[in-house]
Amino acid sequence: MSNKVIEQRDYRLLTDDYRLSFPMTHILVVDDEPDVQPLFEQRFRRETRSGTVHLTFASSGEEALQIFNARPHEAVLILSDINMPGMSGLELLRHIRTVTPDRPPVVMMITAYGDAESHQQAMDLGADDFLAKPLDFNSLKEKLANLPV
Amino acid sequence: MNVPVLVVTIFFLLQTRNFLNTKEKMPVWDKRLIGAAVILASLFVIDKILDTNGAYELKATWVCYVALAFNVLVVYIASKRYPPARALLLSLIPFLVVLALTSFVRTFLPTSLYNPYKDVFETSVGFAYVWVFSLFGYAARQRKSYSKEHQARIDREEAERRERQMLEGLVQERTQELTQQKAEITRQKEELELALSELRATQDQLVQREKLASLGELTAGIAHEIQNPLNFVNNFSEVSVDLVAELLEERQRPADERDAGLEDELLSDLSQNLTKISHHGQRASGIVRNMLQHSRTSTGQREPTDLNALADEYLRLSYHGLRAKDKSFNASFRTELDETLPPVKVVSQDIGRVLLNLFNNAFYAVQQRQISERQSGTLKGFAYQPTVVVVTIQTPVGVEIQVRDNGTGMSEEVQQKIFQPFFTTKPSGSGTGLGLSLSYEIITKGHGGTLLLDSKDGVGTTFTILLPAT
Repeated sequence: MSNKVIEQRDYRLLTDDYRLSFPMTHILVVDDEPDVQPLFEQRFRRETRSGTVHLTFASSGEEALQIFNARPHEAVLILSDINMPGMSGLELLRHIRTVTPDRPPVVMMITAYGDAESHQQAMDLGADDFLAKPLDFNSLKEKLANLPV
Repeated sequence: MNVPVLVVTIFFLLQTRNFLNTKEKMPVWDKRLIGAAVILASLFVIDKILDTNGAYELKATWVCYVALAFNVLVVYIASKRYPPARALLLSLIPFLVVLALTSFVRTFLPTSLYNPYKDVFETSVGFAYVWVFSLFGYAARQRKSYSKEHQARIDREEAERRERQMLEGLVQERTQELTQQKAEITRQKEELELALSELRATQDQLVQREKLASLGELTAGIAHEIQNPLNFVNNFSEVSVDLVAELLEERQRPADERDAGLEDELLSDLSQNLTKISHHGQRASGIVRNMLQHSRTSTGQREPTDLNALADEYLRLSYHGLRAKDKSFNASFRTELDETLPPVKVVSQDIGRVLLNLFNNAFYAVQQRQISERQSGTLKGFAYQPTVVVVTIQTPVGVEIQVRDNGTGMSEEVQQKIFQPFFTTKPSGSGTGLGLSLSYEIITKGHGGTLLLDSKDGVGTTFTILLPAT
């Protein structure tokens, strides 16, 4: 674990020039379930080790917004649960879209309620994709690989 | 022939008819009286003719006496039933006696006996005439007053009879009314009894429906709550398959190239994943178990229950249930649980129902406020953060559970009625109006506790459950 923390700190200290030489996807994962973190870490083990993906986790919309506001350039992709207590995923999406309208990150919404209404709402607010739970990691990785970075 | 006697006799024969009204009451005697008068009148004519011839004198005066006597007899018979006739009798008898006696003495006895007392006899006869008419006048007056009285009595009797008849009619009418009323009351009683038993049956049905309704509200929440752990079970098992593959791959490498650190990491992840799979599996089965418990009819058995777990679980179920129905709805909810709370002996299904009901109401209240705040269009309105909090506290006298919300709150008027059955502030069809009244019964009657309400219109509501230490 300690190894990982150092790794993360290292990435944050990297200069823009150095970072640009490595195509790395920064993903901010927002979910109120704490077990989402180990799941994503294991799923993206190889990518993290090879340095193509860097994961950051937030357990609420408020926390996610804080992280995003501090380092907007870091968040390239946000996987957010629509159905969260407090600030909902949709509200978070709206905030993100208003904070950095010039450099919008790719936002993918994930929800347990895969209904058309939520889908439409997310799309209207400017989501790039809409995924239903249970999450298919293979298709997610595929989508991440084809990101217009 | 004594003319005055004849006149008087005929007069009385005819007057008697009139006096006694024999024409109607004694028709036989009436004819005889007329007959007597006619005979006397014709006798007078014959007597006059014969008298003129001077052949012999008829004893017509005596016939008059006989006729008078006959008259007296008729009046006597009538007097038994008709009191005024007695006065008439009193007038006739002395007259007849005096005149007959005088005639008798003058005609048949020696003149020596009559002459010395001639004055006396003549005076008596005079008196007799005065007597007979004055008493007749008296009798006539008596008759008049009697008939007046009689008429009055008849009228009175008639009036009484009518009144009696009216009263009888009234009594009969009243009796009939009472009988009808009694029948009506009996009918109503039967109807009411029927209605009561129907009401009881309906009440049971309603209680059952309220249970099902709250279960229905739960379903979406339950689906979400089960789906989540199941997703984790699936995800962690899938990723574990990958980890095992990676581990096997690593172990097939030559010994000097193997990364011991990676192997350890993979193994510890695997072990962690298995713990998580088991944890989430248990979470799912716990929800299913509780759902079954909720729908099952309460056994009424009190068992030691972890109220913290119960409160936490139903809070989530309630939130997700409401969230599933209204996608635009969002609220913060949190628990402030007293970790030192010991297990409390309660009927967990019942307390679960109460908590679910309070949570549903709380979320409904904050949802309603959120809608109206957004409609207000003000900055403050958009800053409104719907929040529901459940608090458990161990107190010296028992356990306290608070359900707080910053929703619409209630007016004094609504607070007065909120525990009444069928009272609801929700639009018709949305609420049964039984949730809080059943909750109140469960807490007070079922557990000997108290359900308190503290609410302020436009600020929020706190329901407090106090369960005594057992």
